[in-house]
Amino acid sequence: MNLALSDEQVFLREAARGALSRFKTLEGAREALDGNSGALPDLWPTAKEAGWTGMLISEEHGGAGLDAFDAMLVLGECGRVLAGIGLLGHLPATAILNDASGGAPMLAELASGERRAAYLPVSPPDDLSDSWNVDPASGLARPLAPIATASGEGQATVSGELAFVPDAPEADLLVGVALLDGKPVGVAIESGAAGVAVEALTRYDSTRSLGHVSLKEAPATVLDTPVEALAGAWYLAQALIAAESLGSVETALDVSVAYAKERFTFGRAIGSYQAVKHSLTEVLRQLENGRSLLYYAGWARSGGPHEFPLAASAARSVAGRALDTAARTMISVHGGIGATWEHDAPLYFRRAQLSRRLLGGTAKATDRVAGELIVQADAA
Amino acid sequence: MDLDDTPEQAAYRAQVRSWLEEHKAEAPVLQGPGALEDEAEILAARRAWQGKLAEGGLAGVTWPKEYGGQGLGPIEQVLCNQEIARAKVPSILDAIGVGMLGPTIIAHGSEEQKTRYLGAMLHGDEVWCQLFSEPAAGSDLAAVQTRARQEDDGSWRLSGQKVWTTNAQFASYGLLLARTDADVPKHKGLTMFVVPMDAEGVTIRGLRQISGEAEFNEVFFDDVALDADAVVGGVGNGWGTGLTTLMFERVTIGLGGEGMGYNSTRFAGAIAADEHARRDPEVRHQLGEIASELLAVRFTGYRTLTALQKGQIPGPEAGLAKVTIVSGAIKAGDLIADVLGPDTLLEDSEWSYMISFLPGLKSAGGTEEILRNTIGERVLGLPPEPRLDKGIPFSELRSKEKAAA
Repeated sequence: MNLALSDEQVFLREAARGALSRFKTLEGAREALDGNSGALPDLWPTAKEAGWTGMLISEEHGGAGLDAFDAMLVLGECGRVLAGIGLLGHLPATAILNDASGGAPMLAELASGERRAAYLPVSPPDDLSDSWNVDPASGLARPLAPIATASGEGQATVSGELAFVPDAPEADLLVGVALLDGKPVGVAIESGAAGVAVEALTRYDSTRSLGHVSLKEAPATVLDTPVEALAGAWYLAQALIAAESLGSVETALDVSVAYAKERFTFGRAIGSYQAVKHSLTEVLRQLENGRSLLYYAGWARSGGPHEFPLAASAARSVAGRALDTAARTMISVHGGIGATWEHDAPLYFRRAQLSRRLLGGTAKATDRVAGELIVQADAA
Repeated sequence: MDLDDTPEQAAYRAQVRSWLEEHKAEAPVLQGPGALEDEAEILAARRAWQGKLAEGGLAGVTWPKEYGGQGLGPIEQVLCNQEIARAKVPSILDAIGVGMLGPTIIAHGSEEQKTRYLGAMLHGDEVWCQLFSEPAAGSDLAAVQTRARQEDDGSWRLSGQKVWTTNAQFASYGLLLARTDADVPKHKGLTMFVVPMDAEGVTIRGLRQISGEAEFNEVFFDDVALDADAVVGGVGNGWGTGLTTLMFERVTIGLGGEGMGYNSTRFAGAIAADEHARRDPEVRHQLGEIASELLAVRFTGYRTLTALQKGQIPGPEAGLAKVTIVSGAIKAGDLIADVLGPDTLLEDSEWSYMISFLPGLKSAGGTEEILRNTIGERVLGLPPEPRLDKGIPFSELRSKEKAAA
């Protein structure tokens, strides 16, 4: 039994914290909301230099060959300081390519960070539906995955719409899942190719790069990634955004606790009142539950792959709720000042409200937990 | 990162498993066909089984060898518990004695007490109960009012009432926290005693709860005579002695949550069995939320084990797992009752007892509010609430309370 960080993982986390501390990410986030998007620091060079871009690419293809849990540690540090760094889109894309024999030639430049990739999120079937589907631009109906039509040996043209794709605007390569003769296959599409349009967007949280991706007979390389790994990319994305969210929870809790110790009312620190103390321990409770599930997901991806869908979805579900609770508690504990523009609390609140709606949203992850357990119950 | 046993742990697990294979036919049958029904028979069979487990080294795993234990760590205790559960045989009868009270005597008792009590406790010959809580002293345990007065010959006279006492109806001894000096601040005037439950003046009454069953007792003490050597850990040191017991209680609860059957697999099974519920978005959403938190507790347990393995002692944050388990199980019972309807509440349904038991469990082993206070202060470092009882002799405190009421 060993569910603790290794020395290397502690070092990785500390190094990430150190590297990110050199940037004024929170100030940048606020200024960008005021219209100065140039204030957001460019963190990609840091990701390149630290080797984070190749974390999930095997060493033979120029990467570091690390595990999902290592990537989750880095994303957690990004979440702590609301760093928009491009890894949420990049890493699941590289995982799909790394599991394809045909993906190898594209990997070296992605590993080094010379080129950037974005994952086109496609949700795998569950216990109620056989369909591979995507997030809609609005509403609850989920459109089918893009459709691929074979156009030559290992080549296809792909058509479809994907909404709110993380890190798509900066990506050179789009990697995801399309349906070829009704079957899911991995596809890699050059962003600059004919028939590809990426509409850059921001919604509420200036640190999050998003794009609506429109594919109209876009030329694609068909990848021989196993179908489990195509589904696995979706769950990897769930685990990464869960880790990032819990990083934000850590900061929100730290800042709130510090304030509760120094702010006095009626002659004593507000943190001494049970009402305040209990709401902060509730954040801690949700954070600890989320951390335990990150360990579960980190272990499962290689140690128990059949449990990875359950583990990653549970982590996402708990982390999403934890982030909302933490952000709202941060505002409440600070009183009126917590709701002002100058304070950091609104930045965490904005992060919480958008994050919980991306990549299927926490609600879909929660439903997936139920579905996975129902399937398990049927098998028992 | 892995969930596997080390080679040493695997060897220990194999040893426990083979002992159980060899002896499990001797275990009492408590459920299903051929189950024992007579209370007295069940009790006798469980005592005898505890004795066998002790002889096989499957009880008192963490106790020192000189007191009949195995001298192993908490990890081996957990492995042993897992194997006992896997073999589907009953665990020891006196989990409170062996898990919490014995270790307290090992830490604070005299050599005579250790020799006299520990062996019989471990083998189930003498079952023990914990006499700490009182009607007016639960969360504020140091407010106990049960009085022990010393006679000129050094012996003691005990009067008062305890409550929420598991196993008192068949216990031979109890470990009791009493006030021996009311003229000092409340934490200072306490002393721990060993009380024979068959002593004259001890009255035990079953305490029925929501389900109608009596899992606990009230125990009354009317001028009970105790020998001078009944004191454990020294006169006036009762609070420190009691904290040892509570630390062992925390470890027991933190590692034993899923053993109560409050887990995601079981709850999901109930929903999966209903064709409509398993497709209903609202039911699925609630199940997903409840199950995610209960899954988290399983892995929090593994994190705790990892810490124990490294020689670290689990902190008060283990209490958060208890909050999650209890609140998760309450929500699950509610959801299942919504799905299955009033028959969920039939006396013999799978869920009725759980639904009745959980509201009380919320307060057991520390109320949710007290746990949140402790965690807020010890883990987050938040300041304590101002206290009105600090430094005030207990007798004055009581008169103030009476005046205020």
